Amino acid sequence: MASDEFERVYEVTGRDYANAGRASTSIKDILKHLGVHPVVVRRAAIASYEAEMNVVMYAVRARMSLRVSPAAVTIEVQDEGPGIEDVELAMQEGYSTATPEMREMGFGAGMGLPNIKRNADVFDIKSEVSRGTRLLIRIGQVA
Amino acid sequence: MNPQTSCHHPLRFDPDKCDGCMACMRVCPTAAVRVRYKRAWMLADRCIDCGECIRVCPGRAVVPLTDQMADLSRFSCRVAIPSPVLYAQFDPDVSPGEVVAALKLCGFDDVEGPSRACDMVAAATEIFLSEYRGQYPLISSFCPTVVRLVQVNYPALVEQVLPVLAPREVSARDAKARKAAETGLPEERIGAVYITPCPAKMVAIVEHPGMERSYLDAAVSISDLFRPLATAIAKAQGGGSTAARSETNSGVNWAFLGLLPRSLPAADSLSVAGLANVIRILDDVEKGKLRGYRFIECHACGEGCVSGCLTVENPYVARSKTIRLTQKLPAASPELRSEVERRWRNGEFSIDTAFSARPLRPLDENISAAIAKMTQKEALLAELPGIDCGACGAPSCHAFAEDVVQGEADRRTCVFSLQRALAAQVEELMSLVQGTPRSAGGEGL
Repeated sequence: MASDEFERVYEVTGRDYANAGRASTSIKDILKHLGVHPVVVRRAAIASYEAEMNVVMYAVRARMSLRVSPAAVTIEVQDEGPGIEDVELAMQEGYSTATPEMREMGFGAGMGLPNIKRNADVFDIKSEVSRGTRLLIRIGQVA
Repeated sequence: MNPQTSCHHPLRFDPDKCDGCMACMRVCPTAAVRVRYKRAWMLADRCIDCGECIRVCPGRAVVPLTDQMADLSRFSCRVAIPSPVLYAQFDPDVSPGEVVAALKLCGFDDVEGPSRACDMVAAATEIFLSEYRGQYPLISSFCPTVVRLVQVNYPALVEQVLPVLAPREVSARDAKARKAAETGLPEERIGAVYITPCPAKMVAIVEHPGMERSYLDAAVSISDLFRPLATAIAKAQGGGSTAARSETNSGVNWAFLGLLPRSLPAADSLSVAGLANVIRILDDVEKGKLRGYRFIECHACGEGCVSGCLTVENPYVARSKTIRLTQKLPAASPELRSEVERRWRNGEFSIDTAFSARPLRPLDENISAAIAKMTQKEALLAELPGIDCGACGAPSCHAFAEDVVQGEADRRTCVFSLQRALAAQVEELMSLVQGTPRSAGGEGL
């Protein structure tokens, strides 16, 4: 780890609705303490929350990491889960595979991935069916 | 007090009365209190004026800085603007008219009851919401502590704070105009005095966020006025001065949590009270989780203003009394709505300037330095016991680690670190006594 980079790793567990959102709250607090610009904090908060909820809803577990450097905030999520069959389709606004249970909780509007992309400067998604998905979110102009 | 007082706070720690018990430090929701050498003090840039420290201090060493009646002699005419909470402090059979009469016996020249302004602000909020096209949800701005919490801890949300005047400001403005017309006095000589359930309203008067200046001139606490008022009510009942006043059920309802959701369509608003709960809700708002709600009413105190730390009656009893009182009161006049429509177009219910963000000072202004400090802090935190005992004078190991990295505390003040250091020294002494060579890392060779 470079000396001017801060890193924190979170373990996120699938279906653990009671603790869902904790990682993104912690990410937000760290960014505020580091003096990251409020607009960047908010974008990171929204993107990391959507990413965390995707893990909780669809995956078995994930390793979610936050890295902050003077140049960028980077959030990486590597999950073990079903993967996404058609990433292009999943990126379309309004497309969702949410179950009635998830919709009951206010999710499943098909805005998760598009919302993450909208809040990121760099967005990368790689998925392998029945193995997992890797998300990379980067937001620049930190201060 | 902390030397770098960048913002005004309506409370003071009295060093003569403080015995360092740490009750305030443990209850502070923003970790703004430190206690060392049997003395508590405040980190001014973190305090959001919630008054929890005032509530818990057993020695009354946290002094609320509200005005006293004697301070009001500078005005030629004094108009009391009671919080709707005031009525709920007395027996349920005491009418608002009797409380008004008692206020006059206590030295006020006139009284502007809260209902009219509350009803107008509710209508203005409804109009604002119907025309608003920005980000949802909007956050209520009537509790000054909530406004400061957003400014300090949720700076990205300041644009979502409802830009509508608080009823107390509308009351003060209208009362001053009315009294000036009645008496011929210039408005500067008329004092609009809020009868307040909490010290946070003092900040709203002194710092007037969102306004060029506050229409209120002073605030006297309900707890200071309670005894003289109770005495005067007894007298007023004897004297029969019970002038009826135009209180309404919807106006007096503002005393407790849920006031706007009760009058706005319920499906898209919610109300939350108690700072810990407000913080959880604002965390969710910041993560974009509550976009489906249009309006969130937030109160720093548990049940809304009835729970203010400068009230006398138990908040649950006060709420029950308020409900009983409102059942006897009439509804707001339907004509009020058209008056509000007209005055809204005139900008009479809008704040003057946008609420400003006042983000908490980061670990360092320079992001590289902040990152280095955060790394140091995490390393130190891993060595601390994590039990938040408070013996070091900081409310948690987390806060202590931050103080150490900022050079504001000495890491050796952690009793557990001290214990470890002493144990190591004892071991060293023992090894000297026994004449065995000392190992480098404290472990056997």
